[in-house]
Amino acid sequence: MARDITLGQYIPGHSLIHRMDPRVKIALTFVFIVFIFVASNFEGLLIMVALMFAILLMSGVPLKQYFKSLKAILFIVIFTGVLNLFYGSGHVIWQWKVMQITDGGICNALFVSIRIVSLILYSSVLTFTTSPTDLTDALERIMKPLKALHVKVHEIAMMMTIALRFVPTLLEETDKIMNAQKARGADLESGGVTQRIHAMIPILIPLFVSSFRRAYDLAMAMECRCYHGGEGRTKMKQLHMTNLDGAAIACTAIFCAAVIFCAAKFPAALHELR
Amino acid sequence: MFVLETKNLTYTYGAGTPFEKTAVDNVNIGVKKGEFLGIIGHTGSGKSTFIQTLNGLLRPTKGIVLLNGKDIWEEPKKIRSVRFQVGMVFQYPEHQLFEETVLKDICFGPGNMGLDKQAAEKRARLAAQFAGLPEELLDKSPFELSGGQKRRAAIAGVIAMDPDVLILDEPTAGLDPQGRDRLLEQISGYQKKRGNTILLVSHSMEDIARFADRVLVMNAGKAVMLDTTANVFARGRELESMGLRVPQVTGILLTLQEKGYPVHPVLTVDEAVEELRLLLKKGDAHRGA
Amino acid sequence: MGYISAQNVTFAYENNEGEEKNEVLHGVSLDIKKGEFVALLGHNGSGKSTLAKHFNAMLLPCGGKVYVDGLDTMDEALKIEIRRRVGLVLQNPDNQLVASIVEEDVAFGPENLGIAPPEIRKRVDDALKAVEMYDYRLSAPYKLSGGQKQRIAIAGIIAMEPDCIVLDEPTAMLDPRGRDEVLHTIHKLNNENGITIVLITHYMDEAVGADRVVVMDEGKVLTQGTPREVFSQVELLKEHELDVPQATELAWRLRKEGYDLPECVLNSDECVAALEHLLNR
Repeated sequence: MARDITLGQYIPGHSLIHRMDPRVKIALTFVFIVFIFVASNFEGLLIMVALMFAILLMSGVPLKQYFKSLKAILFIVIFTGVLNLFYGSGHVIWQWKVMQITDGGICNALFVSIRIVSLILYSSVLTFTTSPTDLTDALERIMKPLKALHVKVHEIAMMMTIALRFVPTLLEETDKIMNAQKARGADLESGGVTQRIHAMIPILIPLFVSSFRRAYDLAMAMECRCYHGGEGRTKMKQLHMTNLDGAAIACTAIFCAAVIFCAAKFPAALHELR
Repeated sequence: MFVLETKNLTYTYGAGTPFEKTAVDNVNIGVKKGEFLGIIGHTGSGKSTFIQTLNGLLRPTKGIVLLNGKDIWEEPKKIRSVRFQVGMVFQYPEHQLFEETVLKDICFGPGNMGLDKQAAEKRARLAAQFAGLPEELLDKSPFELSGGQKRRAAIAGVIAMDPDVLILDEPTAGLDPQGRDRLLEQISGYQKKRGNTILLVSHSMEDIARFADRVLVMNAGKAVMLDTTANVFARGRELESMGLRVPQVTGILLTLQEKGYPVHPVLTVDEAVEELRLLLKKGDAHRGA
Repeated sequence: MGYISAQNVTFAYENNEGEEKNEVLHGVSLDIKKGEFVALLGHNGSGKSTLAKHFNAMLLPCGGKVYVDGLDTMDEALKIEIRRRVGLVLQNPDNQLVASIVEEDVAFGPENLGIAPPEIRKRVDDALKAVEMYDYRLSAPYKLSGGQKQRIAIAGIIAMEPDCIVLDEPTAMLDPRGRDEVLHTIHKLNNENGITIVLITHYMDEAVGADRVVVMDEGKVLTQGTPREVFSQVELLKEHELDVPQATELAWRLRKEGYDLPECVLNSDECVAALEHLLNR
């Protein structure tokens, strides 16, 4: 059922990772992603993968959940993997007509696949261990300096909060409207592309109408609760950096230094494409 | 002969996952042709899931649904035709309106059945009449109508398919008492004129008592009672144990009965007045003698 | 003057051209005392919701005045002050929750008021306990039942520490269990916390428990008084196609036939007692 789909996929818990300051988590995730690309050889990548596994285990989130998040991008991994496999240079190992697999190709495919998987897993840790509201909250604070550039930071964060809140509601609504139109004989499953797009109209229009109605109600409810923009607003949840965050930053710095060292010391792993 | 019949009907959400939940559990009932059947049960009793299996929106995990004696899933490709015969009005049906005019919206169902424009419009006008929607509203945009009118337009959209069975899920939710009574009278009038079968899901015991011939009580996915309305509400205490109640007057007379007064269970205020008048007169005569 | 005082209020919604049209309130005067539980009854379109929105300056009168705790709602500078004092709960529980976690939603009001974070924390916890939803503080609203969502909406208002809560048909979209939960909550807030309640409803049985019932019809106050005073006017209510509780109607009809029943019974127990009294004579 649609209502089981959740955006953000937050899995509540009390692990060390859960308890970190979301701002630090966002910043470090960003650093990890950069360093996955800084790591230019298997040695460096191995360090990032090892760190990743340590974090996955520390997060207390069942590993099954991480596999699930990989499933969604399995196609992309396979696609880029295969692409790299057939277009590598180096010794030819197997050949059939124009297709050939080289040792460089295998190496590239492996390297790129590990990169993509790490990328996904690192960001999954962030979304699994940080509630969507913490995420938007942290983003609002990280982006605060942009206010000087007249970026509407508070408004953007409020919009994200509301969007997160209403995604499940609107998914449920879509489900209901689809059922109602199906009960009137709407055929959503057969026909060509144009026919199918046409068949979506009886679903999209009521969905728009209801979204506007909800928006109107919500705006009124917010005003009733004294909302008047970001001016003079306080926050119940205060973000505090603790020793835990300090330790995390220090660890990250050490691992990153190691990656840079590897990058300088060992040759790059990626072979040129044919 | 039953117009709708279920045999061992079971529906399980998320079968085979850790979130498995059996919403409808081995239900065996028969709906008589032309009857007005009330369906009651508190939220989560499985009644919403149950009615969605009746018109093929949900495919039973186990068991079958027979429409005029034929398994509705015999030919899964033709399930759409089942939905024309078993019309379904969902909660807050006005949320499904989408066309430019009310008339076009009511024609959506008949159009999907393959009727041409003329035939569909003819049906739509008749359906609007049945739903109590004034003719002059048909050329307006559905979004210009009042709440009650929108609801009628949406109900007309289902009636226009001329279904043998019409299922209504809480059709009066959110309406005021005046709107509620008028709408139900309209539906009852439609049923009497067309001789259709009506299934009404409602939390309002007063409405069920007034209109239903028989009542199906659902509890924890099971069909626990199916009997005439009077017989079901006479078991008021059992209903209360399931978190349901009886109409206020029914409760009052049940209490009197429990206290030893010779009264019969009643369903409406009219019946209660009748019953008490008799009892009070008897008392007077007794004292007079 | 009452805590909320509407004085000869007229109101008309504007049409697209900006001309005033379609007057829905025709000179309504109503005083609501502090700590009172008032039920506002009437059909859809009787103007009851429109009137309620005047109580927290969501709508401003076209004619007449509305004062809240002595503050004039026309004064733009007092708007926030008024809304802090009088909270409004709307019909659809799905559309008035802002955040995707219960406690953060409840914190929304106090946050807007610029209250210090530790104090917000305390208020949120207290408010959630008051509506008996503390155990759900970390849940996502969409996983809750309608009655639970509505109680969260009420908690969101309570966290602003208001004097009065106006509820605009808060039970119209709920099942009987949800209705009971919400009614239990608002009665508790009225009794224990002394919060003034204005309950707009078209369920007559919900009005029976109020201190005062105000019946609106066509933009005017049709009648008002204690539930007993109002529901004894069965003829007037029927004339305006308003419901009366079945117990009230039953006793009234028997009384009309000459049987000696009290002028007004409000619930089943009273009705049974009165009938027993009559039968045992």
